[in-house]
Amino acid sequence: MENWVLILGMLAITFSIRYSLFAFPDLRFAPVVRQGLHYVPTAVLTAIVVPGMLLPDGEHWQLSLDNAYLLAGLAAIAIAALTRHLLATIGGGLLVFFLLRWALGQLPI
Amino acid sequence: MTRSQEFTQGARDMLPMLLGAIPFGIIFGSLAGAAGLTPWQTIGMSLLVFAGSAQFIAISLLGAGVGLAVLLLTTLVVNLRHALYSASLQPHVRHLPKRWRMPLAFWLTDEAYAVVLHRYAVSDTSPNKHWYFLGAALAMYLNWQLCTLVGVVFGQSVPNLGAWGLDFAMLATFIGIVVPMLRNRPQVAAALVAAAVALACHDLPYKLGLLAAAFSGILVGVVLERRAAFMVEEVV
Repeated sequence: MENWVLILGMLAITFSIRYSLFAFPDLRFAPVVRQGLHYVPTAVLTAIVVPGMLLPDGEHWQLSLDNAYLLAGLAAIAIAALTRHLLATIGGGLLVFFLLRWALGQLPI
Repeated sequence: MTRSQEFTQGARDMLPMLLGAIPFGIIFGSLAGAAGLTPWQTIGMSLLVFAGSAQFIAISLLGAGVGLAVLLLTTLVVNLRHALYSASLQPHVRHLPKRWRMPLAFWLTDEAYAVVLHRYAVSDTSPNKHWYFLGAALAMYLNWQLCTLVGVVFGQSVPNLGAWGLDFAMLATFIGIVVPMLRNRPQVAAALVAAAVALACHDLPYKLGLLAAAFSGILVGVVLERRAAFMVEEVV
């Protein structure tokens, strides 16, 4: 039940944001708000990615060479910086990730 | 171009985005159960919310036992960027009736925004560009629903799926989105500060570290951008 409340709440919030300026054709954000919104994807996504690489389970630091999340994450960053190509980054990153996990014996096979 | 040509072209131009979203959608569908969503709730979230990053963050926070208020606040922060897309595309859709603007807004994802903006930037006078928007948006939407469904079914039949570390596809996707954005000093600083704060605050209750990191990164980005603009003015 609470999950459906969550889903409907997320629907209301997400739709309100997306519809915000489609709904009011004459409304405009102040320049400082516009600038701030410009940094939201960078800040939020980085704040998810970096802990995801360094603390894969969300609790314990894994600054070690058998941490495939860290090594493949660094590889994905390099691919993204060089190619600026989303699919190449996803494909290359996953390839490195699974090769590492396979080589380190971390796959359930 | 005719309406159906615009519609088809929009859907076709989304193909790379669809491919990129496939692992994302399947992984969402397969991981949502472990976070406590029933199969119908998982499908319902994809149908009603239709926001990949927000859905992922919601199930990861849900799995960690985070409360409803923080979940909704996080959804707000994570999706704030859509207000920019809404602002940016608004001049192109303001002439449309509400029955068009509402569904197009509902389907306004990062991917659709990028592709549709590109179409509107072409200086032909086609009166049917909103059909291109609709085609691109619907392709993304149907793809997301299908992938969620595959994930729900596949995830149930392979209970060991979580041990494969498929969640790395999400990190790789976010990396592929963020790194090309780091083209100037304020953006790089925003990323570095957000990362440092997220790491420093990772053990805060209810993952409040994510919110702290987001607001710190945004603040630093804006301050540096304003300072850079100020210094240019001084030199001139």
